[in-house]
Amino acid sequence: MHTSNTSKGIDWLLVGLYMILCVIGVISIFGATYKEGDPILQSFTSFKTDYSKQLIFWILAMIIAIFIMVTDSKFFTATANLWYAFGIVLLLLVFPFHTEIKGTRSIIRFGSFQLQPADLCKVFVALALAKYLSRVETDFSKTRSQLIATAIALTPAILSILQQETGLALVYFSFFLVMFREGLPAGILIIGFSFAVLVVATLLMEPNTLAMILTGIALAAIYILRRQIKRRKQILVTIVGIWMVCVGIQRFLVPYVFESVLQPYQVKRIYDTIGKDYVPTGGTVVLEETTTKKKDDGGDYNVKQSKIAIGSGGFAGKGLLKGTQTRYDFVPEQRTDFIFCTIGEGFGFVGSFILMAVYFLLLMRIITVAERQRSVFSRAYAYGVASVLFFHIAINICMTIGLAPVIGIPLPFISYGGTSLITFTAALFILIRLDADRQMVLR
Amino acid sequence: MSVFNQSRSTVIRLIVAGVFLIIVAQLVNLQLFSSKYEALAFNNAVYPKVRYPDRGIIYDRKGKAILNNTIMFDLEVTPSQIKGVDTGFLCKLVEIDTAEFKKRIITAILKNGRYRPSIFEDLLTPEMHARLEENIYKFPGFALVERPVRVYPFKAAAHIMGYIGEADSGNIKRSNGFYRLGDYVGKTGLESFYERVLMGKRGVEYLIKDNKNRLVGKYENGIYDTAAVAGRNLHTYIDIELQQLAEKLMQGKVGAVVAIEPKTGGILSMVSGPNFDPNMLTGPNKQQNFNKLFLDVSSPLLNRAIKGQYPPGSTFKPLGALVALDEGIITPSFGIGCGGAYYGCSRPVKCTHSNAGHAANLRLAIANSCNSYFTHIYRLSVDAGKYKGVKNGYQKWKEYMNAFDLGVRVGVDLPSEDRGNIPDSSVYNKVYRNSWNSCTNLTLGIGQDMMLATPLQLANSMCIIANKGYYYTPHFVKNIEDETPADSIMNPFRTKHEPLTGISDDAYEAVISGMQDVVEIGTARMAKLPNINVCAKTGTAENYRVIEGKRTKLKDNSVFVCFAPREDPKIAIAVIVENAGYGGTWAGPIAALMMEKFLNDTLRTERLKEVERIAASNLMPGYLIREQYKADSTRAYNWFKMTKDSSAIKRFLRRDFKKDSLQQNQNSPLPVRDIRTTWHRPEAIVPEQYSFTHPVTA
Repeated sequence: MHTSNTSKGIDWLLVGLYMILCVIGVISIFGATYKEGDPILQSFTSFKTDYSKQLIFWILAMIIAIFIMVTDSKFFTATANLWYAFGIVLLLLVFPFHTEIKGTRSIIRFGSFQLQPADLCKVFVALALAKYLSRVETDFSKTRSQLIATAIALTPAILSILQQETGLALVYFSFFLVMFREGLPAGILIIGFSFAVLVVATLLMEPNTLAMILTGIALAAIYILRRQIKRRKQILVTIVGIWMVCVGIQRFLVPYVFESVLQPYQVKRIYDTIGKDYVPTGGTVVLEETTTKKKDDGGDYNVKQSKIAIGSGGFAGKGLLKGTQTRYDFVPEQRTDFIFCTIGEGFGFVGSFILMAVYFLLLMRIITVAERQRSVFSRAYAYGVASVLFFHIAINICMTIGLAPVIGIPLPFISYGGTSLITFTAALFILIRLDADRQMVLR
Repeated sequence: MSVFNQSRSTVIRLIVAGVFLIIVAQLVNLQLFSSKYEALAFNNAVYPKVRYPDRGIIYDRKGKAILNNTIMFDLEVTPSQIKGVDTGFLCKLVEIDTAEFKKRIITAILKNGRYRPSIFEDLLTPEMHARLEENIYKFPGFALVERPVRVYPFKAAAHIMGYIGEADSGNIKRSNGFYRLGDYVGKTGLESFYERVLMGKRGVEYLIKDNKNRLVGKYENGIYDTAAVAGRNLHTYIDIELQQLAEKLMQGKVGAVVAIEPKTGGILSMVSGPNFDPNMLTGPNKQQNFNKLFLDVSSPLLNRAIKGQYPPGSTFKPLGALVALDEGIITPSFGIGCGGAYYGCSRPVKCTHSNAGHAANLRLAIANSCNSYFTHIYRLSVDAGKYKGVKNGYQKWKEYMNAFDLGVRVGVDLPSEDRGNIPDSSVYNKVYRNSWNSCTNLTLGIGQDMMLATPLQLANSMCIIANKGYYYTPHFVKNIEDETPADSIMNPFRTKHEPLTGISDDAYEAVISGMQDVVEIGTARMAKLPNINVCAKTGTAENYRVIEGKRTKLKDNSVFVCFAPREDPKIAIAVIVENAGYGGTWAGPIAALMMEKFLNDTLRTERLKEVERIAASNLMPGYLIREQYKADSTRAYNWFKMTKDSSAIKRFLRRDFKKDSLQQNQNSPLPVRDIRTTWHRPEAIVPEQYSFTHPVTA
């Protein structure tokens, strides 16, 4: 009885796209780590090389996926909050039991097995948020509900920052897309976006120039709205208020965050991305135009080598195992965070474009699937999955091509790593399960 | 509620599409429109290792290799692999201290990184190599690496062969990117002139390096690699035994010897004194040796055979006769009566002979070297009516000289040859403010006035007489191995020059007979050889030099030119020994020994004593000692001023140096016999500019 029900209603397109991405992943890891002269077949079955391990992780992920597929979809709605609680407990357990690896304190180790709860928690947040939004008593137009939803999404992020894992923390901000879809006022997204623009502008421009520009905009607004202001003095107050907030951010908040909140290496990476030299100072952030390119260390080196790798791929690429940049370890972390380099160098623009197309198709399909759900839970969850995937893909690829600062987050389904692959697989297959049962329940 | 926010799904789709579009745009930019990344990736990962070809070998006329290649060893170090090396022991073997050891390791790391080998000590001496070879297994990270080195098995012909050195910025710039840093290039001599032939073609091996600069294998299995093509060998006219003899004879003398095969223009031997062992400038200690030679005021690095400019004196007389004969101004029977001087101009020109009839015809005039006769025919030549004035006449005479390759570069296959001096009439116009006539420069007729010639030019002028009117540009290289028409470098040496057309065989015979008489009954009797008719002309040119601010007359330069055998000339020689007196005293005997050696292939046993006598004679001008002292002490003083390091100047303080060293020292006992160990002088400090100029005799 179960079996016939299980396969019914499955979105095979999603499954297919997933399979394609996993295959690309294993091939890319093979391309990045295969050493000349290794017997290919034996290496694949020896489980000692990274690509054979990734193959195992994939098999493990598939087993978990099958378990998810045979589970009743009601199980996920019922246990969503439980999972979330479990996730938070895991995150808290990190504080006493972490092992420090590469400057992050977010990893728990059991023997050779590593667990990063901040990574795992993405799925739980997606479930819990969906659960909260789908409650009958939730009126998402109320600020209180919006704040609660935000709290659900950002609690793991805050814990993650405390564990010095800023990259993963940023991922949780992608849940604002879910909230936006479920009715969060567009204004908040616009304010968020404006805030981002202001921060970038602060980094790029002289403080005084930017202050003058902001003042200019404020004065222009007052001039344009002078008729309305005559009628309602409030508008003037609002404009002046916004102006003060903006200048405050630009003058005090950004320097404060850069000086006191972020790690020096993170600040440097941000500056590397916008092409400025970071000069740590006592009082204010001082920016200096990059005039003499010195020997770079850290983040900039990675990005430079990564851009060389991708750029040298050209139109059709050098072919698998032919990329000198990736073969001879010029790009660091090339099997994990910088795996896209292997594709860019080995398969060129054609390969990169095909990969982007597959991802685009996947995201679009998830949104389509989301929109056809009859339950708010399923839809919110689907958007949650889409948002997290989108954020990962966009930030990861942007960082390899020099459009975003180096944030250590993996490329979904492709980067080497068990936790990441299993988490994304579980997230996607829960969605497929929910979607398969969309006709059965009305929540 | 979901219904109300449906439009927001479109917004989200647009956001996703927008971000993906930005990513694809950047991919297009990086992968399709930026060409630099491909080159960057190539430079990152591919190390083009240059494979150096063997340089060509230079052979003498009998097929003996006189410039060859050999293998020496460098000690290389890979800093990352040094572990547990007994540095004290290694330092002892390499003869350095531990501080120097550390310095060299740091230099190696800075230069090539930790993972790539760098040279620790280059060109090990054979002893050091032997010591290291036994113990090298005790020094992980160190290796002995072969390195081809030039070697001169006969220890001779330094000035002809030249030497190679690392290409400097000038070489690299001039070569339009052909040479790169670290390449070796011929610096002087044949090494330089035939650089493109000798060097061969470099090969390139493309190797893959990883992020730590370790070489990990061949790039693309070596399909882009090119093999090195060895340089081509040169076969020369040089007779290395003759060369060695000449070098031995010129020991302890300043001057030059050039011997040419008249029929081909092939140079058999060319020596410049003082000389040095060419092996000094290759192999270990080459830099120290170079400094030593460079700072020696007797300029052993200078090739006086092509850069020494001397007044030819009487040796010019036969050529003056040829001009007058070609112009039809005189016939062989032309004669004058000379009473011991030429009185044609206000200032008489003395003649060594005053007996009647010593200039009754051309042959006699040459045999007796009559000054009056040759000043007279010089004046006749330039004042000839057909030229309407001395200036045109002189210009025509100068053209003759240039056609003999006097006053112009001969074009020998060596770099930086000097042209000597046959002044243009404009020079006389300037010096004498346009008012001059054939009396002004009449001593040109006897090879003086402003006339200067290099020993090579003198030897070449002998070839013209020996060949009765033609010559080939003197050159060393007979042929290039596997020569093709593309080797246009050889073309100038295969063109016959015929500067004289209007002279009958009888006229030549008169000149040549005159020269034979010089040997038979004249001033060159020491050059007489049994069963061989030798033709020669001696010269003695006055020698002035500015010493201590005063123009001082020094002992005359001894000049000698000759060719033999008369009937079928096989060798023509010019010898100049500075500061040595009459042409017949030193230059003549040297030429005689060389002719005998070359024509008979051996020397008679009784002549070997003569060889030893000449070789053991020190004719180095005495003023050199003083000049060396001045140069060294000045340099030491400048060094002291610059660095406050008094170690160099100490030895010059409180020393009572006698200024009487201008006296000749040629008959004194010889403390410095072998010129290869140069004069007593302090350590070389900083190279100083020096120039070699020879005084003009009046």
